[in-house]
Amino acid sequence: MSKLSKAAPWAGLLPFMIYLVVFLLAPTITVVVGAFQEDGRFSLVNVNELFSSTLLTVLWKSVLLSGVSAIVGAVLGAFLSYLIVTRPATSVVRRVVTAAAGVLAQFGGLSLAFAFIATLGFSGIVTKAVSSSLGLDIYGNGWIYALPGLTLVYTYFQIPLMVIVFLPALDGVRPQWREAAVSLGASTWQYWRQVAAPLLTPAFLGALLLLFANAFAAYATAAILVSQGQPITPLFIRAALNSEVMLGRQNLAFALAFEMVIVVSIVMAAYALLLRRASRWLR
Amino acid sequence: MIRESGRFRVVRYVAYVVFGLFFLLPLYSMLDFSTRDVATGARTGKAWAALVQDEVLRASIVTSILLAVLTTVLMLALLVPTMIWVRLRVPQASRLIEFLCLLPLTIPPLVIVVGISNVYAWVSYLFGNSAYTLTFVYVVLVLPYSYRAIDSALSSINVVTLAEAARSLGAGWSTVILRVILPNITSGVTNATFVTVALVLGEYTFTSLLNFPQTMPYVIAAIGKSDAPVSVAAALGSLIFATLLLLLFSLLGRRNRSAKEA
Repeated sequence: MSKLSKAAPWAGLLPFMIYLVVFLLAPTITVVVGAFQEDGRFSLVNVNELFSSTLLTVLWKSVLLSGVSAIVGAVLGAFLSYLIVTRPATSVVRRVVTAAAGVLAQFGGLSLAFAFIATLGFSGIVTKAVSSSLGLDIYGNGWIYALPGLTLVYTYFQIPLMVIVFLPALDGVRPQWREAAVSLGASTWQYWRQVAAPLLTPAFLGALLLLFANAFAAYATAAILVSQGQPITPLFIRAALNSEVMLGRQNLAFALAFEMVIVVSIVMAAYALLLRRASRWLR
Repeated sequence: MIRESGRFRVVRYVAYVVFGLFFLLPLYSMLDFSTRDVATGARTGKAWAALVQDEVLRASIVTSILLAVLTTVLMLALLVPTMIWVRLRVPQASRLIEFLCLLPLTIPPLVIVVGISNVYAWVSYLFGNSAYTLTFVYVVLVLPYSYRAIDSALSSINVVTLAEAARSLGAGWSTVILRVILPNITSGVTNATFVTVALVLGEYTFTSLLNFPQTMPYVIAAIGKSDAPVSVAAALGSLIFATLLLLLFSLLGRRNRSAKEA
């Protein structure tokens, strides 16, 4: 075969490749290169600034928000998955939960923010109901518009995502394994501790990492809810791009975006590794 | 089957109720909040009427729906032929294509926004400064989800055999892709379409940071600062729209499947 006829089929991929180079790879490379520049010249100013106490605090809060919402979402989501996995595939509960999880996981960050403003905001339905019936002020100083509120709101999309990701893994646990364990004299606790837990741990941790990355990269919910200050990295990027105080700090935005890519890549790489391990037993 | 104890049964039903409350309460609150007058607390349909009466909001809904259609068309035009081509002629490239399609999961939209100003300078030079140019980035945004949907549909049929049969009967490549393989992967295409429409209708990162105030999410967010009930009504409206769309697509999918089995 000549070289030309070998290369010809690859040419069919060109439109797709060019598209991705322009709209995905070029912006990413711009960010990475820009992070190490200032005034068009190589510089570590912006990367060094990432380690300033302000930006480390911002990063820490991002990690805290993503971590807590991922752990709570993963634990509750796994529990919900367990509740429905033991139901037959045709049961109403199982169908409703899986369908609802599908819709809620696509719930745009914007709608989600408004849902919680309507629920727990200053004139939110729950806020008003609680204050008129119990006389309690659950609005407080507006915690729903700060980090605690964000954690709660993020949990709302983390649980459905966990159900979607973790349910197939739970489905892979065969009832025969439990029967085998029981017939060998294992108690329920021993079965969970020594058979199910080791099998499910990689899948659980993988899902946990996916949830973490999902929360860490989220922007819309926080952008709507938090209008003052920039407690987390995505909002700090918004400030670096838009605000007049930080005008001309385009390259700091590049450095912050670069930091996001690094964090999410590490988490996603670990996720891929765990996924490979999880698929050894559960298919 | 191992039977569960009575005590666990109680735990199960309590958990259903708690989960149900957690997920339904915000939805119910949206409905209640959007049908009340903020000052007096009386029932009113004003916020919902504004969805069609408010000129800016109505125009933005049309813009966002058009944007969703454009994104779906471009996504399908780019992805379907490429993925079929990879299976038929360059299977060595399948890992590379998968990697590229899933890459947007690792590179958050926010990062793309930060780095894309140069590219968009060219885009607006070539296509004008229209909100519809968001189509280009939205295709990248929906790529991972669309890829998975179409990939699982393609995996369930024998692409190579179908293509060889069609080719041996004299079909050209466009006939193979459009008239032989495409009709067999409609389930994947409808799933990809649903995800695309749902994501585009709710997308806020690009539209706000690239400054395209014509889209529905941008307008909803802007109205929220002065008239929260209207924003809540619009947000709930788009959620209901997405849910109806999902129901419609799953019904279509079921009909297709039963038609094939019959």
